[in-house]
Amino acid sequence: MIRVENLTKYYNKFCAVDQINLHIRKGEILGLLGPNGAGKTTTLRMLTGFFLPTSGNIHVKNFSIWENALEIKKLIGYLPESAPLYHGMLVYDYLNYIANIRGLTQDQKISRLKKLATLCGLNNIMHKPISELSKGLKQRVGIAHAMMSDPEILVLDEPTSGLDPNQIVEIREIIRQIGKEKTIVLSTHILSEAEAACDRIVIINQGKIVADGSTESLKQTGNREYGIRLSLMNANEDHIKKKLTAVEGISNLDMLPSDDPEILSLMLTCKSKDDIRGMIYQKIKETEWILIDFHQEGKSLENIFRELTKEN
Amino acid sequence: MRQVTHIFNKEFKDYFISPIAYIVISVFLIATGWLFFSTFFLYNQVSLRNFFSLLPLIFSFVIPAVTMRLFSEEINIGSYEILLTMPVTFKDVIFGKLLAGAAMVVAMLVPTFAYAITVAFLGELDWGPIVGGYFGAILLGVAFSSIGLFASSLTRNQIIAFIIGMAICFSLTLIDKMLFLFPGSILGVIGYIGADFHFQNISKGIIDSRDIIYFLSVIFISLYGAQLAMQEKE
Repeated sequence: MIRVENLTKYYNKFCAVDQINLHIRKGEILGLLGPNGAGKTTTLRMLTGFFLPTSGNIHVKNFSIWENALEIKKLIGYLPESAPLYHGMLVYDYLNYIANIRGLTQDQKISRLKKLATLCGLNNIMHKPISELSKGLKQRVGIAHAMMSDPEILVLDEPTSGLDPNQIVEIREIIRQIGKEKTIVLSTHILSEAEAACDRIVIINQGKIVADGSTESLKQTGNREYGIRLSLMNANEDHIKKKLTAVEGISNLDMLPSDDPEILSLMLTCKSKDDIRGMIYQKIKETEWILIDFHQEGKSLENIFRELTKEN
Repeated sequence: MRQVTHIFNKEFKDYFISPIAYIVISVFLIATGWLFFSTFFLYNQVSLRNFFSLLPLIFSFVIPAVTMRLFSEEINIGSYEILLTMPVTFKDVIFGKLLAGAAMVVAMLVPTFAYAITVAFLGELDWGPIVGGYFGAILLGVAFSSIGLFASSLTRNQIIAFIIGMAICFSLTLIDKMLFLFPGSILGVIGYIGADFHFQNISKGIIDSRDIIYFLSVIFISLYGAQLAMQEKE
């Protein structure tokens, strides 16, 4: 559906996007993930035809952005970051204007507006000026705007940034609804969002792709380091250290500060392919310690993300 | 062409949704009406020549106020990104906006027909210069609108856009009155740059291709400048 080849963008001498290659299949929900300034927005702006790359190419279906930018723009619905809509207009007037530019006929327009109003929950705000809307509502108008021509590809730049948790859930629900039939590319720096909404995640850092795959496959990559948290009563530090460092696979043991002097909390850093929780439990059982808390700090996307996008 | 119409519709409607149109039209009519009629009876002539000779100066203030928001606002709120990622080209955008500015100029001029009609009651009015005058006024208005558009494309701040636009229009209007400041060898060129000179020719009813070419070049250069400025922003 979308083929990105050696995409590069320089702002003067600053390289924002560096030789990105990407293939997005039809029906995929792709999350573009990266820290601030990684080049996510720049990539999306080139994809949507807002500006041309310094070098490289983007093909959407059989159109190239160098030759058929107008055709590509017809296929893509785009919501820029923080939904910059004309704030003087009424929601209805705005959507009507978009429908005109998108080339909908009078009949199509009415049915489309009705459908979008229901999907995005705009029925009660159609006659309000955009400047009076809350951020979440504005975002919904923005999504309706992007969906106006029923495009095959939807590009959303940080669709949930700056929203409160309820609004985030609402927007995510809308995205999931749309995602059933459309190809969606969305950028975000919120990991849980990418994890919740996307089939596939591409992590970019400093203009380069550093990881690409489903959430599951991403969790398999990286060095397999994870933490286990323990809270024990009726124990002392030296004894714990002596006992637990004997377990194979534990590479580090840190004592954590605890509110209660009776309870000792510690973090074990493990580097092992196998699950060593059983062995740890056996060790604890041999002693007279009382086990208060024992859990594994998941190898979350967050850790992978931090690992991959660390400075240098 | 269809896209130009949609953009024009939106921009022109915006003027009348916000108070801009009403303020600008009132200020224009009060200024021209007062300046024209306060000396009208002293001249004791049945003509609108004095009205038309006021226009370049008044347009220099009024038109940049009309056009200042056209690009600045888009840059400021970021909607330019939305606009340009829809199936439109830059040409559609700029012509739509220019037409909206030009339509505002026409909307300002239409009520001044009342001046012509009033004057026609007072004596024999020669309609030739009136027609030429309005034709020239529209050309001048469109040229100043393109300058205003260019100024608007330079900055996200509407007030700065207004001041830049006004400065350029004002200089073009006054430059041929300050010829004594320039060395003799370039007087011809400087004189030709003056907008007032060309406008006065047309408003006398003399349609000369040189004057029309002058206004068309101003429009072209300004729009091209605006395109360069907007590309630079990307």
